[in-house]
Amino acid sequence: MRWYSFLPLIGFVVMAIYFGLGLRQDPSSIPSQLIDEPFPIINLPALEGREFGLSNEDLQGHVSLVNVFGTWCAPCVVEHPMLMLIKRTEIVPIYGIDWRDQPGAGTEWLARRGDPYRLVGNDADGHAAIDLGVTGAPETFLLDREGRVRYHHIGIITQENWNETLLPMIRELQNS
Amino acid sequence: MIAEIGQFVLILAFCVAISQPILLAAGLRARDPVFHSVARAGALAQFALIAAAFVCLTWLFAVSDFSVLVVAENSHTSKPFLYKLTGVWGNHEGSMLLWVLILTSYTAALALTAKQVAPRLITLTFAVQSAVTSAFIGFLLFTSNPFERLDFLPENGRDLNPLLQDPGLASHPPMLYAGYVGFSITFAFAVAALIEGRADARWARIVRPWALAAWSFLTFGIMLGASWAYYELGWGGWWAWDPVENASLLPWLAGTAFIHSLRVMEKRDTLKSWTILLAILAFSLSLAGTFLVRSGVLTSVHSFAVDPQRGVFILAILIAVIGGALTLYGLRAHTLKPTGVFSTISRESALLLNNLVLASACALVFFGTFYPLFITTVSDQTISIGAPFYNRTFNPMLAALLVLLPIGSMLAWKRGKLGPILRKLLPALLIALIAVALALWLSFTGSLAGALGAGLALWIGVGVVLDITSRIKLAQIPLAASMTRLRNLPLGIWGMFVSHLGVAMIVFAITGVSAWNQEERAFLQTGRGASSTLQIAGYDITLVEVRDLRRENYIGDEGVLELSRNGRVLETMTAERRFYPVRQMPTTESAIATRWWGDVYATIGPEVPGRGWPVHIYLYPFALLLWIGGGVASLGGVLSIADRGRRSLGTPRSGVSGLSKPAGKG
Repeated sequence: MRWYSFLPLIGFVVMAIYFGLGLRQDPSSIPSQLIDEPFPIINLPALEGREFGLSNEDLQGHVSLVNVFGTWCAPCVVEHPMLMLIKRTEIVPIYGIDWRDQPGAGTEWLARRGDPYRLVGNDADGHAAIDLGVTGAPETFLLDREGRVRYHHIGIITQENWNETLLPMIRELQNS
Repeated sequence: MIAEIGQFVLILAFCVAISQPILLAAGLRARDPVFHSVARAGALAQFALIAAAFVCLTWLFAVSDFSVLVVAENSHTSKPFLYKLTGVWGNHEGSMLLWVLILTSYTAALALTAKQVAPRLITLTFAVQSAVTSAFIGFLLFTSNPFERLDFLPENGRDLNPLLQDPGLASHPPMLYAGYVGFSITFAFAVAALIEGRADARWARIVRPWALAAWSFLTFGIMLGASWAYYELGWGGWWAWDPVENASLLPWLAGTAFIHSLRVMEKRDTLKSWTILLAILAFSLSLAGTFLVRSGVLTSVHSFAVDPQRGVFILAILIAVIGGALTLYGLRAHTLKPTGVFSTISRESALLLNNLVLASACALVFFGTFYPLFITTVSDQTISIGAPFYNRTFNPMLAALLVLLPIGSMLAWKRGKLGPILRKLLPALLIALIAVALALWLSFTGSLAGALGAGLALWIGVGVVLDITSRIKLAQIPLAASMTRLRNLPLGIWGMFVSHLGVAMIVFAITGVSAWNQEERAFLQTGRGASSTLQIAGYDITLVEVRDLRRENYIGDEGVLELSRNGRVLETMTAERRFYPVRQMPTTESAIATRWWGDVYATIGPEVPGRGWPVHIYLYPFALLLWIGGGVASLGGVLSIADRGRRSLGTPRSGVSGLSKPAGKG
């Protein structure tokens, strides 16, 4: 055996360790820029055929969830039953932001599947989503009574997320 | 039902693949020859099963079965049928299945062709290949199942990323994968050689066609990718040194070094452990390229956010495959004893130099690609390594290699003489110098780099021609005798000529596109007046009208541009701005008029009220030559594969008469 025959292996081991470290950074746990910051100023119009849109005043005075969705988004369909369930518990109101949808699509979609939201804002041009730093739907923000963002969830809310992360945080915020 | 069948055959393929290495190892231990046929049958079975799974997935896309997750996420009913089909690999799961399909196709091709390879070597090779295959089918099944059903039925899909709805890009991944995956065969052969502790000229001859096939596909795939960027991205760029592009360049550099060092091993029975190492590296870099960069383990946030499991699985596979092979290399490399010796001035020394430069260039690109990611991992800083870095380091390195190319390819094996070669190459040098002077005098943009680039291209190109004339002793012996020699040149040599000619074309085209380009931009009104016309290099480009586009799957504006010179209309072209409503994504389609000297390239922006349409015109001299050169270089590889003299195993080379020999023992 020649020691230098192992040099390529040593190089690879160094790379592998580094890749492994890279993997340990769970991308969905990257802290949002918005944590503990006030929710960005939004003033969204209502969906087609509805009366009320969504603005910052609606989010004041109580703990709330703001869910970014779109009718074009398959994972949102998966998440939808969970949101309906959360609505039934009456623990926390959910507000919706309909992200970059065709006119009328959101109204029709909610009418057919059931509407888990107290109010829905129509973000047709996607500006609000940019301010929120949303990179894909669905994403959900947990807001405290003052309308500050306390938690940012990327992806579908599962039963597990709800039980272990969201519900305890909501209880704590509501009791403080 | 179809999805379930697909799932089922995929599981079957996994079982076959994973059982092969175990069976074959047992067979080799028992020295039972029946296992050689087990290896072949297993290879064919894996291919048949994966092909069936692929057909199932294609079917699901063709009929838009949105109850299947990947179809719902990546297709849409209002999409042209062709893109429904190419959508099969326009997503992570489907492209992985395509990857495995190509992998098993190679294995099956090996089973069908390599009849004359020593049974022990080929059985070991199949065992390694099946082990690799099983790892990737496992990855598909456990983390990226393409047949996963949704438990509800969405009314329509999310549509394919519009950037991928392009014929160029549709053919790009299969080509590129055929390149990446082709190196799995040479990898398997290398590992088998290490296990056996034997690699010789014969081994090199068996491996060479596979290395050349992989290299040709990869060259062609990279070229397709570059042309896609040029035609689709809307600013005429064809290479941006971004991680995804570098990921394809890394195995290409290692593979290029590999096909050259294989020649040395074949002819001189030396440089063995180095060649084996290159075989391992070429495939390792292909894997790193496909998985670490493309799937975004390190760079992007979203693709893997869904499932961090994938990243762990991939890393485990990489550690097993690459780490395993390199450990074996460390333990066994010393058993591969060279018999040939080097003299300083010889073909083999020139090829060694070629290998050192290519390996350094590869290391450089590797560093440039991964260092920024490394910095982001260990600190909060972000740095970016882009074109300026490569222009200053990579380009001179490659240029130096290319200057030596004509000399090296004319040197004789064993003992060469520099003097006569330099004398033969004198005309090439003169032509190159004249080109440099001419380019400087015409001063296209007065750039010295451009002039040198043109000179280098001519030096290589004319060098190839001189190499041919010297090999057939043109004007030294009677013409008829020269022609006979020309006809008898082995295809392998022609392959070298053609590939090197392709390199010359590429160098010339790169020079044209990057050093001699021009651009103009202005706001134009529609019509035929002066306010609708932009002038560039003696051409007039007129924005005649802008039409409203409404297509099945996108809407947009279409600008009709007329290219004219001295009042004569040469060509009418259209530049589009498209918007794909389902994905909410805008894209551009550039208007390109190809003249003999190059391209007039135009893009149109969104109308600014009161000012008009922003129109951007570029002139790219010799752009077409870039794609032709890429095709020619890759064709050279194909020609070398077809060299029957080289494939007749065990037949030693005898001068230039390789072609006139019978096909060999097989």
